[in-house]
Order: sequence, then C-alpha cells, then structure tokens
Amino acid sequence: MGKQPIATQRGTRRLRRPLVAWVTHHLRSLLVSLGQLLRSPLATSMTVAVIGIALALPEGLYVLTRNVKAVSSGWEQTAAVSLFLRPAVTVPQAEKLAGQLRARSDIAHVRLITPDQALKDLRDYSGFAQAVDQLPKNPLPVVLALRPAAGMVSSSGLETLRRQLAGLPEADLVRVDSAWISRFEAIVGLVQRGVLLLAGLLALAVLLVVGNTIRLEIQNRRNEIQVMELVGATSSFIRRPFLYIGAWYGLLGALVAWVLVTVAVALLQGPVSTLAALYRTAFPLSGVGPLELLGMLGSGVLLGLLGSWMSVGRHLATAEPR
Amino acid sequence: MVRFEHVTKHYPASGDALNDVTFELATGEMAFLTGHSGAGKSTRLRLIGLLERPTRGQVMVQGRNLGRLPARKIPYHRRQVGMVFQDNRLLGDRTVFDNVALPLVAMGVSHKETGRRVRAALDQVGLLTRGKAYPVTLSGGEQQRVGIARAVVARPPLLLADEPTGNLDPDLSREIMTLFERFHHVGVTVLIASHDVALIYSLRHRTITLSGGRLIAPAPAD
Repeated sequence: MGKQPIATQRGTRRLRRPLVAWVTHHLRSLLVSLGQLLRSPLATSMTVAVIGIALALPEGLYVLTRNVKAVSSGWEQTAAVSLFLRPAVTVPQAEKLAGQLRARSDIAHVRLITPDQALKDLRDYSGFAQAVDQLPKNPLPVVLALRPAAGMVSSSGLETLRRQLAGLPEADLVRVDSAWISRFEAIVGLVQRGVLLLAGLLALAVLLVVGNTIRLEIQNRRNEIQVMELVGATSSFIRRPFLYIGAWYGLLGALVAWVLVTVAVALLQGPVSTLAALYRTAFPLSGVGPLELLGMLGSGVLLGLLGSWMSVGRHLATAEPR
Repeated sequence: MVRFEHVTKHYPASGDALNDVTFELATGEMAFLTGHSGAGKSTRLRLIGLLERPTRGQVMVQGRNLGRLPARKIPYHRRQVGMVFQDNRLLGDRTVFDNVALPLVAMGVSHKETGRRVRAALDQVGLLTRGKAYPVTLSGGEQQRVGIARAVVARPPLLLADEPTGNLDPDLSREIMTLFERFHHVGVTVLIASHDVALIYSLRHRTITLSGGRLIAPAPAD
C-alpha cells in the first residue's frame, strides 16, 4: 500500500522522460537550425531576401486593394437613386409614397423635393436665374431622392431596387448612379483576381527557393546524415532540422516582406495625402494590421515547411548510408 | 546472436560478394572474419547492420529475421548494433564528446544521462580528457578509439568492426584489439573483419575465413 504512490510516481516519470527528451530535442533542433542559418549570414540573407520580396508583392497588393475598398465603403452616401414622379402626382400623394418607401428595409433615407424647392435650387445654383424667372409655370415634377441601405450598394442590389421603383404607378423615371459603381467593382474584382494569381505563383516560387536551398543543405551535410543513420537515428529525427531550417527561412522571409510593405505604405502616405487633399478629403493609408502580420508570418512558416518537406522527402532517400 | 542461412549477396557491377554463406555467431562470442580484399568481409558486416539486404537467404540477428524488418524499424535495429569503420566516420565539425553522444541524442536520451554515458564510454577507451577536442587534432589511433566509444556508448549487445586497424601501425592495432577484447569480456558479442592475419591468430578467437564469397573454414558455433 505504502509503496504504491512511489510506483505510480515512477510510472509517470518514465512516461514524462521521453516527452521531456522529445520536447528538448525539438527546441534544440529549432535553435541549432537557427544557429546554422546565422553561421552563413550572406547566403542566408540572400535567400531570405528572395523569399521576402516574393511574399511582399502579393501582400503589398492586398494592402492596396484593401485600402481602395475602404474608400469605396464610404460610397453608400453618394450612391443615390432619383425617383422622378409623374407630373400629375401631387405633393401630398408624393408624401404618402415617401412614407411607404421609408418603411422599406432596403432604403435608408428618403428626401422629398417639391417642384417649388427644385425650381428654387435650379435658380440659385445653376446661374440661369433670369431664364428660370421667365418660365410661365413650374415644369418640374416631384422628385424623391433615395439613399439605399448600406447593404444595397452593390450594383445588383441597386438594379433590383431600380426595377421595383420603376414599377410603381407614380413613377415616371428612375435614375440610378450605378454604372460607375459596376465599373469600379469590376476593376477591383480584376485586381483581386490578379493578386490571387500572383500570390499563387509567388508562393510556388517560395516553395522552389526553399526546396532548392534545403537540397543544397542536404548535399553539404550528406556525411552527417549518413552517420546519423548508422547510429540509429530515425528518418523523422534526421528530417527535423531541415524542416526547421525551412520554417526559419519562411518566418524570416515573411518578416522581411512585412518590413518592405510597411516601408512602402509609409513612403506612399505623403503623395496619397496630397491627392486626397486635392479632392478635399483625408485618406489615411492603413498598413499591415497585427492579424495580417500574424497571417503573413504563419503562411511564411507554412510555405517554408512545405518547401523543405518536399525537398527532404526527395533528397534524403538518396543519402542512405554506404 | 547472429545467424546467416544460405546468404548470397549479388552486386550487379561486381558479381557475387557472398555466395551461399551459412554461419552462426553465439551470444557473447568474439570472432574474426578474414580473407583477401573483396572476399566479402565488409559485405557480411553491412548485411548485419542492415546497410544492405541479401539477394538470397536469411540474416537473423537476436532471433529477428532482418529480411522481414520494415524500413521504419531499421533505426531501432541499428541501435542494437555498434559499428566501427576503418575510416572511423567521425564528424569533423563536432567535438569528440558530441561525436560520441550522437547515438544517445538520436535515441532521445536526456541531457544529463547522455553526459554521464559519454564520459563513461570515453573513459573506457582512455580519452576522457579529450572530450572537447576536435577529431582532426587527434592521432589515427585516438580517432579510431573515439569511433569505438561512439559504437559502445549506447551499450549495444553486438559490436561490429570493419577493418578497425586498417590504417594503424602494429602497436596501435594490438591496442585497439585489446579494447575490443575488453568489451567481449563484459558480455558484448564482437565480430571484427580484418585481414591482419598475424594479429588475429595471436588473439586466439574463432576465425572465419572467406574466399571469393565462400566460407573456406566453416567453424561451427560453440
């Protein structure tokens, strides 16, 4: 009875010891592989720079499209629909219609412009004051200026709204400022697809760069690999340091990419501010956020691991002991 | 401990290195393999260490049929077999201590235990003070002793040596053989390939002679 706790203790210790050894070995491989990279700083920094540039290009373009989208998200204010009512429709009837439209969920705001108000605006702002004064009677209809709800700004949503408004018995003409939104969306879509394609190609390039670097590393350390196999190292044990080297390349490359993109954003901030000032707006460029940085580092590590894994699988088999 | 049953090893380039060889090495036995260069001595050791697989026949080590051993189990088999090479196969960029520690590191032995066992192995080969040295700074005999320390550090029951004295002068050769005998006395099964016939005969252990891949003096196991 009294001995049982000791026995279990010994049991857990026996279990824990390989685990500790395993974790220790992983940490050691991690540090040793970093040390190996730092021992040849020139070769390492060149490889890291290549990976960094390859990762910086898609990341930079991604940040760019994200900023452009940030601009366009402010456009629901300006994406307006003008509903011109038939001349026969009176102001009270129009007010009733406006009330019905305000109740709809896809319309954020309805402003009723009476013919008198419209005529006054025309006289005040158009510079045709004299011409307007000579009109025998007000030719302008009642206009309802609508602003669609935030979720409706996409061109297809606006098109649906336009068709429904045109079907109203009071409606004479519906004008939607949507053509330029569609064009803009098409351009953004094109750029996004391009960024995806580029990212795919450059990820492949990163895989090849890491794979080739690891292949050279395996060739340089063939003797060591053979000795490790002779003394009974498992293939996963032998593979591990190379995988870690790949992961380090990916991580360092992603860090370089982050620095490149951040510097680029900082350099572009000045000209962008000047441009925005010309349009009388302020437009602060947003750089790489913490989550995006995490994503970049993660994908860098993954690409590095994958690249070295492919290379290790192919080239370790040829390093069997003789 | 080791049993060969009608083992043939054929190399496409050079023909049969071993031809229908059958022999047995008992547990705790020490034996020499001898014969001219190219008589198949190294091939036999390589088959036991599973650096090669036989073309025909069976190799049994500790009752395990090596022919049935899947590739992923090979490392565990090699941990039971200490191997010493003529060119000692030390890693030049690591210290003597780190070279000897390699098998233990590969097995995942804890840091403390590794240090203890490496010092014990270096002590056994008389190099306890040279742990921090690099292999190139050692003499040929010392390098070979480091190789032996690495082979025995994990305390394998079987020790194989391929021409361990091939590059050494007679005095150093005798010293190395005495070292192997010491491991034999503590119960390790030892098989040494060597063509140094004079030295071998003076040591009075079983000698297995190979010629042209065949056994010419088959000695039954005791």
